[in-house]
Amino acid sequence: MTLLTEKVRDIQAAVAAIPEGATIMVGGFGSPGTPFALLDALLESGQGGLTLIKNDANEPGIGIGKLIEAGRVTRLITSHLGLNRTAIEAMNAGRLEVSFHPQGLLAEKIRCAGAGHGGFLTDIGQGTEIAAGRREVEVDGRPWGIEPALHADVALVHAERADRYGNLIYRATASNFNPLMAMAAERVIAQAYRLDAPGELPIDAIHTPCAFVSQVVQVDRATSEQGVRPHGL
Amino acid sequence: MASDTQRILARAAREVIPGQIVNLGIGLPTRLFHYLPDEMEVLVHSENGVLGCRPRREGEAPDHDMIDSGGAYITTRPGASVFDSATSFAMIRRSRVDLTFMGAFEVDAAGNLANWKIPGKFSPGIGGAMELAQKVRRLVVLCSHNDKHGNPKILARCRLPLTARSCVSRIITDKAVMDVTPEGLAVVDIAEGLDPADLQAATEAALIIDESRLGRF
Repeated sequence: MTLLTEKVRDIQAAVAAIPEGATIMVGGFGSPGTPFALLDALLESGQGGLTLIKNDANEPGIGIGKLIEAGRVTRLITSHLGLNRTAIEAMNAGRLEVSFHPQGLLAEKIRCAGAGHGGFLTDIGQGTEIAAGRREVEVDGRPWGIEPALHADVALVHAERADRYGNLIYRATASNFNPLMAMAAERVIAQAYRLDAPGELPIDAIHTPCAFVSQVVQVDRATSEQGVRPHGL
Repeated sequence: MASDTQRILARAAREVIPGQIVNLGIGLPTRLFHYLPDEMEVLVHSENGVLGCRPRREGEAPDHDMIDSGGAYITTRPGASVFDSATSFAMIRRSRVDLTFMGAFEVDAAGNLANWKIPGKFSPGIGGAMELAQKVRRLVVLCSHNDKHGNPKILARCRLPLTARSCVSRIITDKAVMDVTPEGLAVVDIAEGLDPADLQAATEAALIIDESRLGRF
């Protein structure tokens, strides 16, 4: 784990250390919470053969849409791609392997990894094709499907505020998958609009304690692609 | 003259009870927002992580961190909260959401719902639909009674991959309001001016119609 005193990094240095073929969690539900600056740095950095885990595929031309269009993504684990026609085309053409999970199960699989569990038991999807082939176990006389935890090498998350130690505060609906992913990956790289000295964040307002966070980069609000569209996905 | 969708939405708004927590599915149900008066104490849940959202008023600047699950820039009403995706779906799975409205490709006499996948044609993923359909206390489907080719969407049995089994409580279409009962689909209201025989002809599922108790909408 990175020492508390060594977490603040230059954005290019932070993403340059991500290996080729890495499995990467990316925060965000649509645009809010998507770490756009980290994704742009990753695009520039050039790694390919990536497996991405994100709720959605953003939209064509922004966020992970850019990485998919540049052919850097081999596999995407997601809940839906409805607003990214180029991602759907890549899937249909066989250029992008896509695994779909119901949104709440995806969140919980990530949460489980972050909590140090191997998985959880659920009845979601029983009687539908989502549960086909899923292992079951009987507990208290009821059948439950086994959902394994979902791990990653790296998580890229977006926070409103951070401090140098890596404590994070999210804002409004930009929270979504970020606090879950910030606990679930081996290396967690957080971008934040505001980077404070330790002690500046109200201690009872911190969403992700710094122990989970490996690196922090400060990004300019103005460079965010969020808000350039008429809607927020 | 109100359009079919306006009539569906106006009828659907009558399903909401003050004090409830309500989720509005993507598409037509999202427009129900505009049928819920400001003074009505209802908290609208959106699965991306907000309880108590409302549409922005005219001239209200968008907050780019504040969207609903359909991607619209929204705002919040008094009593609102924001939270992460795991908490949002815990709320759903624990049936702490009282009522949800969803669209449908197909819905059948047993209350089975198909609204996420048309194999070979449309498979963008399921999003949050499966958990909402399976776990919210009351699911009201809002859809056109027939597809654009005139084929019935209210079937004896769904043919498309299911979102969830036996999950639908009520179906509101441009032609009728129907309840899922152990005996089958019971018509509660029928569209103004529509003959019950014509309603049945436009429906694959057998309908239970008691003309002495039929409401109009």
